[in-house]
Amino acid sequence: MSIPIGPSPVLESPFPAHADAEALGIAETPAQQLWRTFRKDRLAMLGLYLLLALVVVALLGNLLTDFWVVFDPKAVRLPDKLLPPLSAASRALAKDLQPPFHRYPFGTDELGRNVFARMLQGSFVSLSVGVVAVSISLAIGVTVGGLAGFYGQRKLGPISVDSLLMRFTDVMLCFPTFFLILTVVALLPPSIYNIMIVIGITSWMSTARFVRAEFLALREQDFVTAAKALGLPEWRIIFRHMIPNAMAPVLVSATINVAHAILTESALSFLGFGVRPPYATWGNILADGRSYIFDAPWLFLIPGAAILTVVLAFNLVGEGLRDAMNPKLRKRAG
Amino acid sequence: MWRFLVRTIASRLLLLIVISIVSHTVIHLAPGEPTEVDAMNPMMKAEDIARIRKSFHLDDPIYLQYLHWMKDLCTGELKSFRDGLPVVPKIWERFLNSLPLFLCTTVIVWTASFPIGIQAALKRGSRYDRGTTFVAYTLISIPGFFLSYLLILWVVRSFHLPVIGLRTFGTEGEGGLQRMMDRVWHLVIPSLMAALTGIAILSRYVRAQMLEVLEQDYVRTARAKGLDEDHVVYGHALRNALLPFVTMFGLLLPGLISGSVIFEQIFAWPGLGLLGYEAILARDFPLILTLNFMAAAITLLGILLSDILYALVDPRIRLE
Repeated sequence: MSIPIGPSPVLESPFPAHADAEALGIAETPAQQLWRTFRKDRLAMLGLYLLLALVVVALLGNLLTDFWVVFDPKAVRLPDKLLPPLSAASRALAKDLQPPFHRYPFGTDELGRNVFARMLQGSFVSLSVGVVAVSISLAIGVTVGGLAGFYGQRKLGPISVDSLLMRFTDVMLCFPTFFLILTVVALLPPSIYNIMIVIGITSWMSTARFVRAEFLALREQDFVTAAKALGLPEWRIIFRHMIPNAMAPVLVSATINVAHAILTESALSFLGFGVRPPYATWGNILADGRSYIFDAPWLFLIPGAAILTVVLAFNLVGEGLRDAMNPKLRKRAG
Repeated sequence: MWRFLVRTIASRLLLLIVISIVSHTVIHLAPGEPTEVDAMNPMMKAEDIARIRKSFHLDDPIYLQYLHWMKDLCTGELKSFRDGLPVVPKIWERFLNSLPLFLCTTVIVWTASFPIGIQAALKRGSRYDRGTTFVAYTLISIPGFFLSYLLILWVVRSFHLPVIGLRTFGTEGEGGLQRMMDRVWHLVIPSLMAALTGIAILSRYVRAQMLEVLEQDYVRTARAKGLDEDHVVYGHALRNALLPFVTMFGLLLPGLISGSVIFEQIFAWPGLGLLGYEAILARDFPLILTLNFMAAAITLLGILLSDILYALVDPRIRLE
């Protein structure tokens, strides 16, 4: 899939430095080449800026909500229930409960908690659910795919390592994923870590297939033969020479998987199996907010819009990376 | 061809057995027992619980439980933990509810995606193309239930249409036509909402596939021959671009069971997804396991079907 936004005329202007480098036959590193193509994709760059902003907000928010009492997302202010965004806090509140500037930027919820503070805390939790889940799935996927690709020919009794691992991947692919996640999350004791782990171990299959395919291709490459001829140990060939070269398609699917994980978390919250209090995630703020959709629509709209923006940003960056890595498109754009 | 069929079906059956063992083990090893669901009920005495556990073989070792489950499933005597009703007819009844929703959604997705995707590919880089791309990404990125809630509010407020459940309460006495229209409205609105994401994803695929094909040499040849543009696009390019989508038909099948939990929950549509959700809440192991098993079986069937379809449509592919 490609993003149709062609290179804009302004960005198309020749880069003298690059032109010189190409004329002199000095190749740029693959990363530079990737960045050069990626930068021309305006939607993808928009996504990247959004993501950077989100990371800053999440880290800052975590600091604020932890160390600044007025930003405490758990502080209950019953006199100030269900206030619309930007409304002033009531003067009846105790001094240390007053929100900053006596205003609630995103309003308050049914217990008078500051939605802005909850969203700040939620940004960190939601993001970490996505990132940790994807890290788990990456770890499993790269291990399984790498083993199948590198040691595939070895025999374990009657069957080869490759067919054993890949049949196992097929088994995992046949499970109805969301249903499986739901089953396991419902049966396990509710905890944020279980949700991360379950999403992780049900989404590694595509990564494993990509890595295996890359490894099969890389194994025949000259630089791997050279590394073997130098007598390098196998782990060094795998970790130093093959995995970095196999990461390109994995990076794309990882980016898009983070988006999926955030959506899955919000779907689980909707069904009542999401992250439990005291953690606020965007998913459970949204799921709780739907009861107040008529009386306090901001409780529903704000987290919904936030999830939409972040997931969109991840998807745009993922697709932009995919396009930038596609050699056919790169030739056309560059 | 026949050798291929026999061999794949045999290996798929083996896979299915492995899947059933894995899912059985996962569910039985996970904490939470069916007898604990109603733990606070004072009427449940210890001997009652022991009796229930015995009648559902819950005290047997896990491999015996697996064999019991398989035997009961094959003889059709598998009973639900919750109400003691046979599982298979229960699933069949819900399946009949899910089927119209699934069919309606699929028809909407497949009829809408192709024109949108083809147009976007033909007008690559235009305002229309960029617009549909952005809308498609937005639809893919939005949480399904968030969008549905907003759309329900809009539909109910501006068109006064019924949306929840299979039919409106109290319409039993109405005439036949009225009842039918009521059911159609109840079906169309959820299908449309469930179809939105599908259209977004599929039209992107159509676009990418068309772009790929439009750059092929045979399309240039067709143009060079002086064929009119419609003939080139629909007769030469589209027919070749369609090939991969044939395989997607087979992969649609699993959506029947697992794809609909959220939408059936939102619209109180008594289908398979909602059945699974209720079974999970009640720790109804036989029902959960059977649904999982059927979903896996349908997935495998879908993959097989798409392999065969592909070979039938594309003469270059030989199954061996």
